[in-house]
Amino acid sequence: MTNSSLSKAFIAIIKRDLTLALRTRSEIANPLIFFVIIVSLFPLAVSPEPELLKTMAPGVIWVAALLSTMLSLDSIFRSDFEDGSLEQMLLSPHPMPILVLGKIIAHWLVSGLPLIFLAPLLGVLLFLPYDAMPALLATLALGTPVLSLVGAIGVALTVGLRRGGVLLSLLVLPLYIPVLIFASNAIATAAADMSIKGQLYFLAAMFALALTLAPLATAAALRISLR
Amino acid sequence: MTVNSTPTSEGLEIRNLSCTREDRTLFSGLSFHLTTGHAIQIEGPNGSGKTTLLRMLCGLRLADKGEIYWNGCDISEERGAFLSNLNYIGHAHGVKGELTPLENLRVSQAMAARSNSLPLDDALEKVGLLGFEDVPSRTLSAGQRRRVALARLLINPAPLWILDEPFTAIDIQGQKQIENMITQHVLDGGMAILTSHHPLDLSEDHLSRVNLAT
Repeated sequence: MTNSSLSKAFIAIIKRDLTLALRTRSEIANPLIFFVIIVSLFPLAVSPEPELLKTMAPGVIWVAALLSTMLSLDSIFRSDFEDGSLEQMLLSPHPMPILVLGKIIAHWLVSGLPLIFLAPLLGVLLFLPYDAMPALLATLALGTPVLSLVGAIGVALTVGLRRGGVLLSLLVLPLYIPVLIFASNAIATAAADMSIKGQLYFLAAMFALALTLAPLATAAALRISLR
Repeated sequence: MTVNSTPTSEGLEIRNLSCTREDRTLFSGLSFHLTTGHAIQIEGPNGSGKTTLLRMLCGLRLADKGEIYWNGCDISEERGAFLSNLNYIGHAHGVKGELTPLENLRVSQAMAARSNSLPLDDALEKVGLLGFEDVPSRTLSAGQRRRVALARLLINPAPLWILDEPFTAIDIQGQKQIENMITQHVLDGGMAILTSHHPLDLSEDHLSRVNLAT
């Protein structure tokens, strides 16, 4: 087995998952619409006061991003588990963590990346100052991959259970909290015109940690779930 | 049953394998040795542990007791070497409904360690799916979807085939085709383990039976 056949398998996995996502469009659209709905309901329900919305905006956008990611997590492995594709993947001679990373990247491309494009519009809706927009984009760019990576561990652990939904949220939510705190704090700090280097470094560190360890943990968890 | 020193022999060797599920012993002390040019047919009534045994042989499930060796190495230690020689088609055969048969095969080809020079179209033609290459697999019948899975056997040149009920949902003509594929593979020096009640057209020299009920 050569490196080129491994990279071929890695690309094939990403392509396959993206094709599947495109053919079941309503499944990808659902979490994104959910994201837009949560954020856009706040001005209606709380108050249309710009000052109030401005202070709430970072938190609201990030909570919505987090919830909508959780809504889409199950799709990473659920259908593959049910139709036996996951078994085939485990029986591939290629290293499982690399294949898993391919699946996670595909998940982020259809569920995390669109959030980054939608977020500035929602920021405008909530009167987020323009100075804070780069911070919003930077935190989402560093934070949403962490959500996908960490979420994959949770899904891998619960995919074999009949009703893993509640357990999944309980497992994954505590690990999402640090991302939420640092990200929303960074945006609020940027809105107050202060440096956000510290928060961004922390998010980047979490991203690096998740990127290196989550595929290994997910592969191990899948092996246990299929047993 | 005597357990002798570490095996050095070719092929798949099972030693003293046991399986218990929820305090019920499905099988115990199971030993056999599969060498090139042979097939083993696993028999037994429903619920006797046929699928469980096959999943153990692939390493998807841990054996409660006993060892499985591939070319003299424990399969849990030399996993990569074992898996690149394995072609497994399970009960859930892993054919994606949203992808076309051709796309399904392309993914399987990329996942395999090696692939032979057989074009994917030809593989689909050989399992009787000519003209169905580009329709979503979801619209195919259950038997046709199983044929897509079986086409994987033709594109991955792995010597060991482990097949769980390969004839399920397949019509009589198709069963004959699949049977020919299996016997051809065995006669060409391959190995096959399958669970099926369908009699295989192989002489006693090439085929042995393992009955889990006894």
